[in-house]
Parts: sequence; structure tokens; C-alpha cells
Amino acid sequence: MSAELLRETFEIQGRNFDKAGEISSEIKVILKDLDIDAACIRRVVIVAFEAEMNVVMYADRGTLTLVLTEEDIRLEVHDEGPGIPDIELAMKEGYSTASDEMREMGFGFGMGLPNIKKTRMTFAWNQRWVRGLRFSLGSD
Amino acid sequence: MKLSEIKDLLRCKVLTGEEDLSIDIQDVVASDGMSEILAFAKSKELMITGLTNIQSIRTADIAGVSAVIYCRGRQPDKRVIDFARQKKIPVLVTDMVMFDICGLLYNKGLRGVS
Repeated sequence: MSAELLRETFEIQGRNFDKAGEISSEIKVILKDLDIDAACIRRVVIVAFEAEMNVVMYADRGTLTLVLTEEDIRLEVHDEGPGIPDIELAMKEGYSTASDEMREMGFGFGMGLPNIKKTRMTFAWNQRWVRGLRFSLGSD
Repeated sequence: MKLSEIKDLLRCKVLTGEEDLSIDIQDVVASDGMSEILAFAKSKELMITGLTNIQSIRTADIAGVSAVIYCRGRQPDKRVIDFARQKKIPVLVTDMVMFDICGLLYNKGLRGVS
């Protein structure tokens, strides 16, 4: 595994819809400052944003860690939440356990996790920078 | 199609980004679901939505769209407009419903992304 060039961990506040997305915006700025390809940044921040929203919607708190190495960009997400009882079902597009409040925010239509998977995989195939993009869901 | 032409066609009011109306738009993403925007936008599209909260601009920024049009005459609050200004995303609002907006833009040669 190549040496880490950067590792930064951000705290996510659960249920704080007002701040939701701030971390992903911050990650976008960090990656832009590093002169990383714009298409690559877009994909990373989409994954970060969906993951961040997921933590905000379902968990009490969580962390999102951005790891940059010479070969890849990784996002590690951990949260203290209810967990996902049926991962296979949760990965199905359209399946959601979202509340009305979450839907009013424009999320909770059962696309978040499939989006993360789709974006990550496309990235893995096409972009050098995200070859090893990792995403982990779970409780600390 | 220039954003200024779209503004006239849809009888929009510009909430922020008056100076950026010369940008060229070819593709459109239209949804009230932010994940749908994130899933399909490939950057530089026009985003049409009825969702006027802060997350709509956050999504526009993350997805890299060129401009946002709020449909059904839905007015965002000042904080949302200020945030869009800060992110340099032009924001317009029209009284038209999403179906009519999409039909008019489709007739002008604009297309959705998938």
C-alpha cells in the first residue's frame, strides 16, 4: 500500500440537516487546492455527500475520513447509528426507510447507497485517482 | 442555448447570477430528488427543481451544474440565494411547472442526461 499523503477526519452531526453537506464541500475545496482532475473531484464529492447525508439522516454522529495516497483517494465513513439490517435490500434502488422530513430535504428516495456504489465503480474503472476508493458502512 | 434565452423562454426572474446569463446550456437534469440529480448530472447541466432549501444549492455545487431554475414559482429564502451567490451558481425562478419547462426546453433541442 502506498504512503499516505493526507489524512483528515471530519465529525458529522447526526440529524443536523442545516449543516449536512458542509464536509463534502470542504473536501471539494481540499481536492481542488491539490489540482486534482475536476471529473475525479466531482465523483469523490458525490460519494462523500451521499455518505454524509446518510449519516445525518440515520445516525447520532459519525466521521468521514479523507485519505489521499500517491495512488488513490479513500473515503472512510463510520457512524453510531442503527446499522443496516439487510444490506442487499438497502442497495436496491428505490428501497428506503426515510422519514417525511428526510424526503422534504430532497433525500431518502432509495438512491443514496446505489449512487455510492455506481459512482465508486465507474470511478474505479476510469480514473487513476480513485482506483482504490473505499467506502465502509458500519458502527464504531 | 444561452441561459439568457432560457430565462426569456420560461419567463424567469433571476435571483442571483445576472452577470452569468451568457453561459451555454445543452443538457438538463430535472428532479425534486437530490440523489437523482447527483446520479445523472455529468457537470455543466441546467438543474430544474422544485426543492428550494439549502440542500438544492449544495447538490448543485457538488454535482457541478451550471445553473438552477426553481419551478412552480417556489421562492427560496435569502440564505439559500446568498449561498448560491457564494458558490457562483446562477439561480432563476419561474411560475411554470416542471412538465411544461421540460417540454419547452426539449422542443428547443435541449436533452436530459442519463
